[in-house]
Amino acid sequence: MIGYIFRRILATVPVMGVVALFVFLMLRLSPGDPAAVIAGDYATAEDIIRIREQLGLNEPIVVQFVTWIGSLLQGDLGISIFTNLPVTTLIGQRLEPTISLTLTTIIFTVVVAVPLGTLAAWKSGSLIDRFVMLFSVGGFSVPVFVLGYIMIYVISMELRWLPVQGYKSIFDGVWPFVRHIILPTLTLSVIFIALVSRMTRASVMEVLQEDYVRTARAKGQSELKVLLRHALRNAAVPIVTVIGLGIALLIGGVVVTESVYNIPGLGRLVLDAILKRDYPIIQGLILLFSFVYILINLLIDLSYCFFDPRIRY
Amino acid sequence: MTDTPTSSGKTDELLAVPPSSASDPNLAVLLWRHPSIFWGGILLSIMVLIAIFGPLFTGDPIELNPIKRLKPPSGESWFGTDYLGRDTFARVIYGARVSLVVGLAVSIIAVSIGLVVGMVSGYIRALDAVIMRVMDGLMSIPGILLAIALISLSGATMMTVVTAIMIPEIPRVVRLVRSVVLSVREEPYVEAAIASGTKLHLVLIRHILPNTIAPLIVLATYICGSAMLTESILGFIGAGIPPEIPSWGNIMSEGRTYFQLSPWIIFYPGIALAITVLAVNVVGDGLRDTLDPRIARKM
Repeated sequence: MIGYIFRRILATVPVMGVVALFVFLMLRLSPGDPAAVIAGDYATAEDIIRIREQLGLNEPIVVQFVTWIGSLLQGDLGISIFTNLPVTTLIGQRLEPTISLTLTTIIFTVVVAVPLGTLAAWKSGSLIDRFVMLFSVGGFSVPVFVLGYIMIYVISMELRWLPVQGYKSIFDGVWPFVRHIILPTLTLSVIFIALVSRMTRASVMEVLQEDYVRTARAKGQSELKVLLRHALRNAAVPIVTVIGLGIALLIGGVVVTESVYNIPGLGRLVLDAILKRDYPIIQGLILLFSFVYILINLLIDLSYCFFDPRIRY
Repeated sequence: MTDTPTSSGKTDELLAVPPSSASDPNLAVLLWRHPSIFWGGILLSIMVLIAIFGPLFTGDPIELNPIKRLKPPSGESWFGTDYLGRDTFARVIYGARVSLVVGLAVSIIAVSIGLVVGMVSGYIRALDAVIMRVMDGLMSIPGILLAIALISLSGATMMTVVTAIMIPEIPRVVRLVRSVVLSVREEPYVEAAIASGTKLHLVLIRHILPNTIAPLIVLATYICGSAMLTESILGFIGAGIPPEIPSWGNIMSEGRTYFQLSPWIIFYPGIALAITVLAVNVVGDGLRDTLDPRIARKM
């Protein structure tokens, strides 16, 4: 068991290495002079030289990689070209809104999608089942930002129930926080709910075919107990897996949602950095998001032992 | 991800009776039994026809008309006009071309590259570990961010946008192809082919490749749908196809500033995009159920 955990943690190292190498090479192997690209169309020759110095682009590529990995391992993501602040500081300033938004989205998704999917599987072929399937196909077809604007238009502009845009920290009061986070959470959740409810439906449906479910019903267990204790518990592994894989979808959605609702989070940071071609920030955020994704999926892999005691490595 | 044992193993698959229509050569019967392919196909055909012939009948999508700025939808301009007085209807119709071309190009290229890499990875053991670690790494970088970064470094053209959307899709194809190859390579007919001295590339092309086609067609439709969505997102945040080309993402991006005044600039292209992606996804779901129910487990 401990051996397995150790091996599984060790297995993430090469994956993280590949991500780091890829992010590193992306700038160096891009066509043209990266310093000139970053400096933009109106840069002077001095700007380009300064950026080249700052990124260490004059060194041999192997030296660059070793220096870069070295500082990365010490938690140093470099210095932003335009603000001259360390990237880690900039990330720290923008971390809270993004964490709030992703957490509320994940919680809302699980609370809505798992019961919905279970219900659809239980009443397979019924109206609710059709609705869930329709919703899940539809959820994958509407772009996040269009949904965002529809919600702003209907709920904020026509009905005037909630603020149009912006973000309030939870530390400045719970009520303003809730009022501002509702629409972004709803927007971001749609595609995630589509994904999770679909997977819940499929895996609960499979479990409901099992002999032990028939046995449980035959010995007179209530349907609720059958669904919760027998079906859902056994269907948990694929559901939890898809939640983990869906984090990638969520990260892409966060960037867009923050832009639609004007939320000063990491998504806005990366978009602003891209428009200014502030490469150290782009690099740092891609690394951060990828590592978070890898870590979450590591934790989920490890959680299988908890959800399914049959799994013993 | 770690494969997890479930109690429903082989027996379920043996007991399950696949729908007979899979082997039915009659197209009409097939469509009747799978209405999702039929309706999705009709919807998609309409969008394709609009994309091909629509721009011939509408006005000029880039013609400026400063007097008619930000006019709401009316009999003259069905979808209203934007901040330069351009006809949103003509622009949305033209945008169908961009979206469909991007979707098609991304899915074809991603599937072709993924197919080759996946076959090599599944068949040549020495390369498998390395290729799969690279794919794992590529898969853990959020697709949209990767695409944005690639475009911002290489400049936005149709070519770079297609490439940038395509690269994050490759690992999905590789994983699927590899899983098919791994299960097929142990089959007796492959062993027989090897034993009778068939060359490696012929084994791959004649005996292994045909098994990957059905799941790849299904995956290609999903990739097409998600590529169209990604393209619109890139356009929307201003990192996509050059702004002078009226793609749905670009139209919506320009509509942002005037959203409170003229929401139609965002809504109409949004609806067109949603309908097109929906049609592609519905066809994909239908194909998945028709071609092979077992594929569903791998998607």
